[in-house]
Amino acid sequence: MTTQTNGFKATRRGFLAGGAGLTLALMLPLARGRAMAETAAPFAPNAFIRIGTDDTVTVLIKHIEMGQGPYTGLSTLVAEELDADWGQMRAEAAPGNDKLYANLAFGAQGTGGSTAMANSYMQMRKAGATARAMLVAAAAAEWGVPAGEITVSKGVIAHAASGKSSGFGALSQAAATMEMPADPPVKDPSGFTLIGTDRPRLDTVAKSNGTAQFTMDVYRDGMLTVLVAHPPKFGATVASLDDKAALAIAGVEMVRQISSGVAVYATSTFAAMKGRDALGITWDDSKAETRSSAELYDMLSTEAKTGGRVVEESGDLAALSAAATLHEAEFRFPYLAHAPMEPLDAVIEVKAGKAEMWFGSQFPTFDKPTAAAALGIKPEDVSINVLLAGGSFGRRAQGSAHLAAEVAEIAKAAGRDGCFKLVWTREDDLRGGYYRPITVHRLKAGLDADGALVGWENTIANQSIMAGTPMAAMMKDGMDSTSYEGAYALPYKMGAHRIGWAQAQSPVPVLWWRSVGHTHTAYAVEVFLDELLEKAGKDPVQGRLDLLTPEATRERGVIEAVAKLAGWKGRTADGKGYGIAMAKSFGTYVAEIVEVEDQNGFPKVTRVWCAVDCGVAVNPNIIRAQMEGGIGYALGTALFNEITLEPGGTVAQGNFDSYRMLRIHEMPAVQVEVITSTADPTGVGEPGVPPLAPALANAWRALTGKATYQLPFAAAVA
Amino acid sequence: MTTLTVNGKEVTVDLDPDTPLLWVLRDELRLTGTKFGCGVAQCGACTVMLDGMPRRSCITPISTAEGSEVTTIEGMQGPEVTAVQAAWAGIDVPQCGWCQSGQVMSATALLQMVPSPTDEDIDNAMAGNVCRCATYVRIREAIHTAAKTLEG
Ligand code: FES
Ligand code: FES
Repeated sequence: MTTQTNGFKATRRGFLAGGAGLTLALMLPLARGRAMAETAAPFAPNAFIRIGTDDTVTVLIKHIEMGQGPYTGLSTLVAEELDADWGQMRAEAAPGNDKLYANLAFGAQGTGGSTAMANSYMQMRKAGATARAMLVAAAAAEWGVPAGEITVSKGVIAHAASGKSSGFGALSQAAATMEMPADPPVKDPSGFTLIGTDRPRLDTVAKSNGTAQFTMDVYRDGMLTVLVAHPPKFGATVASLDDKAALAIAGVEMVRQISSGVAVYATSTFAAMKGRDALGITWDDSKAETRSSAELYDMLSTEAKTGGRVVEESGDLAALSAAATLHEAEFRFPYLAHAPMEPLDAVIEVKAGKAEMWFGSQFPTFDKPTAAAALGIKPEDVSINVLLAGGSFGRRAQGSAHLAAEVAEIAKAAGRDGCFKLVWTREDDLRGGYYRPITVHRLKAGLDADGALVGWENTIANQSIMAGTPMAAMMKDGMDSTSYEGAYALPYKMGAHRIGWAQAQSPVPVLWWRSVGHTHTAYAVEVFLDELLEKAGKDPVQGRLDLLTPEATRERGVIEAVAKLAGWKGRTADGKGYGIAMAKSFGTYVAEIVEVEDQNGFPKVTRVWCAVDCGVAVNPNIIRAQMEGGIGYALGTALFNEITLEPGGTVAQGNFDSYRMLRIHEMPAVQVEVITSTADPTGVGEPGVPPLAPALANAWRALTGKATYQLPFAAAVA
Repeated sequence: MTTLTVNGKEVTVDLDPDTPLLWVLRDELRLTGTKFGCGVAQCGACTVMLDGMPRRSCITPISTAEGSEVTTIEGMQGPEVTAVQAAWAGIDVPQCGWCQSGQVMSATALLQMVPSPTDEDIDNAMAGNVCRCATYVRIREAIHTAAKTLEG
């Protein structure tokens, strides 16, 4: 929600001296044979904008495009302040460069926490305003008219009195010689012409005709494709290796042991697959996780009973003993794989002590030094080209930078210069860890005779995502808020309450998964609350509104809006169940209502209504798309998905036959209302996810009377 | 040696007969629009036309494509694919985009066979194509739009 405006107060000299601006922008990916190589870019007023003589405006996007829409969203901000025509806008990935392209919310280059829009909002608008001011100055100088009389609209710079006009391209060279304004004014929101309107995405055409270039599509001369055999149990290591049969396979060039397993290098993907299958490896399981998911649940359940360390505490929970109604429940959430449609992959080329990488690097700030360390070279000798990513959902945002480390180790272990493409198969992906942590919530709450909350207790037990990674620096006193975000600082009148966290340990690596802690906290809170309201004889919508604190105006807004949108009539109607849930995540408020039918004892979701308040709606088209997609992603997960460890510690699931994806016939109709707001914009990539599963559980309980305390439904209902 | 026609050009490859067509297209012919998502016929990202019918190239051994005509997303032509791609652009179907070549192939095949598909026809034809970004609402709408365009 905080927007910053740094980066554009410098004079032009300051930019040059700082290594930013004109010089650097001109050195950017022009040599890489990508779109901009064909376009001269004489005007590059800052690290984000290049204007060609052909009138194209190319915006360098510092956030990775993985479907959530920053190419289009951030270009909209520039186009708005530049008064460009949408048709002249292009977007391109910014390369890995901490100084120029830091996420202002992190102070490092990276995408996550649905921060792309929030942290870029002022920065990109200022970038556009700067370029506009310099173009206007160039026009004023060339035409000999006062700058104040010049207008810009839809890519046309004009001076009415003299009748002169020009596109951006013809003035781009002159603009480059103008003084950079110290602090160009940005528009008042009432003057927006692009922000707030539906913009077609800039990447749709290339993504509909097969020309969009992803990491796996990179092919370079002499490149070898590499697959790695990872240990079947987390934390296991190679005890012995027999690579004879693998090396005998046509196309297999090398086999090397690296820290994550055994790498097979081949001239084609299929040869690498066959080679990997032919490896003879015995594993040392002495440090491996050998507990099953059932055992882990028992351990977490025991941990949760301890109450854990205090996250938030208020009032005296002794009040619970006097409650008229007391309710307790334990909720269980499995490990989850992100399963981005493009599995993990990365390309590295090492030549004469320097390395160039191509991949969907979501945290270049971590990936670069980690790759450099693995190669034994300096970070400045590693360059990263950030490519389009075929989904991430958190999977490519690695504090550990394990993918960059793995591909760099592969290059190092080859013992020679060369180009290597690391590919993970779907089995590698689903069995490879970095899961949403397996989690237990234990809740207890009481109501007085009027149905008001007198006390609320929730203890969460799970592994920390940040501990043991460079992200640990963000933890305070050993507390990892990503483990319990969404379970505290609730907008409801809670009465006395205590939220606790018990940190569990396991060698299974865990990671943020689209909406992170909210994936389970929203479920536990909104399902448990719904049960309490039911016990108190209250309507789920009115009951929530009554419980909200007076300050919770935006929460109130989305609940009221979604109830109206759905024509809320209560928990059941015409043989269908209805449930609501609301969650604020990453600064964005979302409420959803689910309509469910009973299809042979299993839920069939037919319709979903969604109200979202993300502040200024920069591009409602993309906001709706992210809500639709978030709802589908959350629904498939709630219904079908769990990664389970078998007794002994191996992963039960392997591909989409056992880790089932939502399919088109299971997708409900979705109606989204975007709340009109003047608040600073917040993200939309994740916030559509959290309310769906609890709204579904509430609808299912309304319809069938059955509470769902363990996800997925397929496990609970079976 | 296997000889087949890919996007109208005859190609001969000397590879293990069990090599999946997917990897021949990508690794040998550099036709990278056809994607790898699962390798086991579960996701449809690798869909191509084999003698005019949609096929999962990840489980199609090159030996079985001998003498066949293969069309990938790069080689698709005709009113159906044009209408599908226009409808895709009209409402911005893709998010990450990885599944979308396969979606466009399956949608085009559907419209070639069923010019005015019902929702049920769409479910049946498209259920094999997973979209992890869950762009399904828009896929359905875009197919209906493309069908209307083709009706004229
Ligand atoms: S890659 Fe062929 S169906 Fe998934
Ligand atoms: S658009 Fe991302 S998988 Fe379909």
